[in-house]
Amino acid sequence: MTDLLALIVAKYNYWLYVILMMIGLYAMIAKNNLIKKLVGMNIFQTAIILFYVSIGYKRDATIPIIQSAHGGQDAHAAVIHAADYINPLPHVLMLTAIVVSVATFGVAMALAVRIYQRYQTLEEDELRMRLVDIGPEK
Amino acid sequence: MDNTPALIVVTPLLAALFAGLAAWIKERLSYPIALIGLAVSVYSAFKVLMQVITSGTIHYRVAGWAPPMGIEYSIDLLNAMVLLIVSSIAFLNLIASYKSVARETSDRTGSFYTMYLLFVTGLLGVTATGDLFNLYVLIEITSLTSYAMVALGDRDRGPLASLNYIFIGVIGASFYLLGVGYLYMQTGSLNMADVATILSGIHGSSTVLVAFILMMIGVWIKMALFPLHVWLPNAYSYSPIAFARVVAPLMTKVMVYVMIRMMITVFGFDYIFKTLNLSHAVVWLATIAILAGAIMALSQKNLKKMLAYIIVCEIGYMVGGAWMGNQLGMTGAILHILNDALMTFALFLAVGNMAYKLKKVDLPDLKGLFGKMPWTMAGFVLAAFSIIGVPPTCGFFSKWYLILAAFEAGAWHFAAALVISSLICAVLFFRVFEICFFEPISESHGQKDGYSHVAIEEAPISMLIVSGLVSLSLIVAGLYSGTIVNTIILPFLR
Repeated sequence: MTDLLALIVAKYNYWLYVILMMIGLYAMIAKNNLIKKLVGMNIFQTAIILFYVSIGYKRDATIPIIQSAHGGQDAHAAVIHAADYINPLPHVLMLTAIVVSVATFGVAMALAVRIYQRYQTLEEDELRMRLVDIGPEK
Repeated sequence: MDNTPALIVVTPLLAALFAGLAAWIKERLSYPIALIGLAVSVYSAFKVLMQVITSGTIHYRVAGWAPPMGIEYSIDLLNAMVLLIVSSIAFLNLIASYKSVARETSDRTGSFYTMYLLFVTGLLGVTATGDLFNLYVLIEITSLTSYAMVALGDRDRGPLASLNYIFIGVIGASFYLLGVGYLYMQTGSLNMADVATILSGIHGSSTVLVAFILMMIGVWIKMALFPLHVWLPNAYSYSPIAFARVVAPLMTKVMVYVMIRMMITVFGFDYIFKTLNLSHAVVWLATIAILAGAIMALSQKNLKKMLAYIIVCEIGYMVGGAWMGNQLGMTGAILHILNDALMTFALFLAVGNMAYKLKKVDLPDLKGLFGKMPWTMAGFVLAAFSIIGVPPTCGFFSKWYLILAAFEAGAWHFAAALVISSLICAVLFFRVFEICFFEPISESHGQKDGYSHVAIEEAPISMLIVSGLVSLSLIVAGLYSGTIVNTIILPFLR
């Protein structure tokens, strides 16, 4: 039991992202309201973004801005240790992923608006009934 | 540096920008811009393929940054072939769809062509890139445009089908992204070739295993492998026909390409077939996918839906072939990417012609179609024969390779599934032929005097020519499949 607890505490960032991801996935699968599903989708994507951000982190490290690198007096005198700086690459990747998730969310919201305009509801079970009402598909 | 590899991807992207801008000035301007953009892309893809065949793999550094820091387009024989297929199918479809776009999305042709170009850009980029994260972004570009396009179709059901497609598409892409994250944790690199070199030393790592499983599930969702296929039939059958014709042959096939690329270039055969030994389970999965796809196709009453389930079935062929673990299977799978893209395109072109004239393509609507649209039906019959696997059409040859591979690997269940699904396809298509040929045009179809007045009402000539050309290319590809295997696929696998 203590081993498990130690494992959870030592890797808490992974546990957090997995929990968030499952919350999102649950909402996407189980919720009846389309907007709730969309929120679930956003939580799901955010969980992955947090995962990426956390893997760039190092203990006792600082942000990757090298002081006095450009034209400073002792620019090349100081030895730069990679271990002193967190890895910025996953963070940069996530800028792109955030753009992607915002775009997806926007498209999905626009579709939800269209569905609401057409059927006056966003509940999935009611939508299914309306679809039966409009008759055989084209 | 020779910039042709970049031109393949960049010209449709730029054309999308200009087509979007031009549509503000005058809606009609966007079509020629799209046409020019894709023509340049086809030409560059052809040039690159010739170059790769003669002088080997091309490594193109985007903006001159050397890998593994920079993004690299690494184009070998497999890429080059898929690039040519994607760009030429997109170009031919653009020629064929001018009239149907003008009718189906009359108020928004400008945005249709813009998104069409962006969709093709995404597919071409996915194929060309040698960078794992870049691949994710391009998959998302492709998916985003296809969500929007599906919603442009059927006004009643399109938006809902598209929203369901978004939910599943996001899960698929996110799983892939998560897999890339684990791979990055273990290797510290995103360049495929670089990752492969690092991975070859650490086959036992459980992080790599998690990465592999996550990436494969992501790609399988995107390619609609059987239990993960639920989004595909609705999304494809409710989208505008001009888009269905390009998404059906290309999207799933490019995802199969991504899977093969991951298997061969990134993880390597040794890892998958020796360390993990997953071949058996996945071939069973593919077998079930083939049978399930074929059986579900049987129960459809709408021609578009039926074809969508046939795609689910064909995905099973390619996944099974690729996971068979021998050279014959991989050859069959790669050849089937080419053949299946061509046959699905030919089928959907014919269905597009029917839909242009008939508006609806439920099976009872097709009565008497052989008399009404003889040329379209000729193309349809040829494509159907190819799906069934009648020689000398190309569908026969890839199935032949797949069956031989199944015998070699001792996967009798897969061989049986191939044969059974071919028989089911034969039943499916002959049922359609029967309706089209023997049943007279019903009274409700607007023609009161039935038999006596069966005038030929063909689709516009531009659609007919493309449909005919592609259907004939099925035979040509069949006759030359030996050449294709010997010059492209076998040198690639070696």
